[in-house]
Amino acid sequence: MTIDAAHGAPPSTGAQPPPELVQLLTPEGERVEHPDYDVDLTAEEIKSLYRDLVIVRRLDNEALALTRQGELGVWASLLGQEAAQIGSGRALAANDMAFPSYREHGVAWCRDVDPVKVLGLFRGVNHSGWDPREHNFHLYTIVIGSQTLHATGYAMGIQRDGTEDAAIVYFGDGATSEGDVNEAFVWSAAQNAPIVFFCQNNQWAISEPLERQSRIPLYRRAEGFGFPGIRVDGNDVFAVLAVTKKALDNARSGQGPTLIEAFTYRMGAHTTTDDPTRYRLQAELEAWKLKDPIERVKAYLVKNQMADREFFEAIDEEAKKIGSDLRKRCLELPDPEATAIWENVYATEHAPLAGERDQFRSYLGSFEEVNR
Amino acid sequence: MSTETLSLSRAMNEGLRKAMENDPKVVVMGEDVGKLGGVFRVTDGLQKDFGEARVIDTPLAESGIVGTAIGLALRGYRPVCEIQFDGFVFPAFNQITTQLAKMRMRSLGTLELPVVIRIPFGGGIGAVEHHSESPEAYFTHTGGLRVVACSNPSDAYTMIQQAITCPDPVIFFEPKRRYWDKAPVELDLANAAPLDRAVVAREGTDVTLLAYGPMVKTCLEAAQADEERSIEVVDIRSLNPLDEATVLESVRRTGRCVVVHEAPVFSGYGAELAARITEKCFYHLESPVLRVGGFSTPYPPSRLEDHYLPDLDRVLDAVDRTYEW
Repeated sequence: MTIDAAHGAPPSTGAQPPPELVQLLTPEGERVEHPDYDVDLTAEEIKSLYRDLVIVRRLDNEALALTRQGELGVWASLLGQEAAQIGSGRALAANDMAFPSYREHGVAWCRDVDPVKVLGLFRGVNHSGWDPREHNFHLYTIVIGSQTLHATGYAMGIQRDGTEDAAIVYFGDGATSEGDVNEAFVWSAAQNAPIVFFCQNNQWAISEPLERQSRIPLYRRAEGFGFPGIRVDGNDVFAVLAVTKKALDNARSGQGPTLIEAFTYRMGAHTTTDDPTRYRLQAELEAWKLKDPIERVKAYLVKNQMADREFFEAIDEEAKKIGSDLRKRCLELPDPEATAIWENVYATEHAPLAGERDQFRSYLGSFEEVNR
Repeated sequence: MSTETLSLSRAMNEGLRKAMENDPKVVVMGEDVGKLGGVFRVTDGLQKDFGEARVIDTPLAESGIVGTAIGLALRGYRPVCEIQFDGFVFPAFNQITTQLAKMRMRSLGTLELPVVIRIPFGGGIGAVEHHSESPEAYFTHTGGLRVVACSNPSDAYTMIQQAITCPDPVIFFEPKRRYWDKAPVELDLANAAPLDRAVVAREGTDVTLLAYGPMVKTCLEAAQADEERSIEVVDIRSLNPLDEATVLESVRRTGRCVVVHEAPVFSGYGAELAARITEKCFYHLESPVLRVGGFSTPYPPSRLEDHYLPDLDRVLDAVDRTYEW
């Protein structure tokens, strides 16, 4: 017997996506019909989506540059996944709660989180800079898949409150192998919880391709757990918006969870510490570049005479401004005081911690005395 | 003052009931906690009285129990999770240590995680493996968690209510071999010690025994049996935060100290106590702080657990040894 992981596995990741993929806008910018899904967007709405896509790519690019210059410790780039994040992020209602992993800078943008607050974690000035309740956007979660259970519990709370909200949770293809994600599937199905599992299948879990995680397409996992799974073209912002909206509506109307597999591609490295040339072919990247999530919206706007050159130039200019503003404010982020180490660990006084803090404070003070 | 004689299990039940009556956001969740009332009957009758939305029979997935409890807490609920046995908490270890413990700090204090995780712990019931563990040190080592252990019915009744109203996550250890011990329970919480305090369970002048959970009774029995020496027993109750003042005050008075727990001595909670006492009571000590506990092995088969678990004789043997210096 040989151990052949590829036996029975789906075709390798560079291949054409299978026909069950929901797509409303082709890579060439052609609008196509789907029997179950549709979007009815005005020109202004499409232009607004385009603006989001361009701005989050620009912000991402700025963060990459900041990392290369040593201003951020690391960065997890969203390059290539803009449509998956903006399409799903814009499908959310204000009261819906989103649980990200750590690459959802585009969703953070949709939830009005100040981009500079997203940088705090990566610059090392805090573990998370925003108030999750203010934005209905939870903290980034780095331990893979842990947040899927938080979202499930949150959705159980929604059920108990009797409100018409929903939870959405983001995770990657690699996370689908985690126990927590599978427990969340079991749990939310048994509870019929109002939740959308939004899996961005970007084909690579650092260096491990999808066939190391699964021998069936990920969206088909849902069936075994007892709820619908759907694969959407993750580079098609129209289709992602339509599919996510429908899944959220189903959750709200008591139909329980949905697994969305947004079929996309991580065009950059896993993080700035990664080197994809060690494990994947340049040709694969080139093939996916032809399916760029932003170019197809631009082509659609141009073809349908919804936007002119001035519009695109203005958006580029705005994105550039937001990017340089982000850079400026990132560099201004102050290092926290040493005593911040002990802050917010407990809600109430914790005597041994206070003792530790005071001791360290006087230790620091001893240097001042020497220097005086 | 009104008291009622209850078993520890029943006292837990009454405490949970009270907490659920006081706050509609309190939900109880765990394996078999509903219809069955829990394998130790701690949640007996709660589902019948409070409904399935508040007393949730969960899937058999401990990580899921704690992970969804975190989500419920984020939505404004106060979940009380039951981990059926100490040895089954490890599948939930990631959720407890990387998520629950850190979330307040990670959110710069904007998020509150009032989650209680109840864990029946310790041996002495002749159980098969994974049903007799004492994993407290894994949790006291993790900043952001409060870790408490009750030792008697009255504290069980009081401390579970205090843990549920506490805004921090609390790991709540219950001494499973004492579930059926009965004692008068003070039903009025007004004069109860705060959750983070140790209490002197028995006053003495010669030696201090430090214990928590099931070992408090063992220490009280040892103190009672010793006719030569006056032994003080301090019930630690709150392992994190440690009520240092009560512990140090006692040891400074007696000058001798023995720490007793069921968990392995090596890298156990007693090591922290011994180190702190040595550092802060050095000139008051007549002899080194000694530790009595489980051995540095996996928990043995139950026919051997009487050797493994500290008992009255092993405690008094250590007391004897504190006089050898």
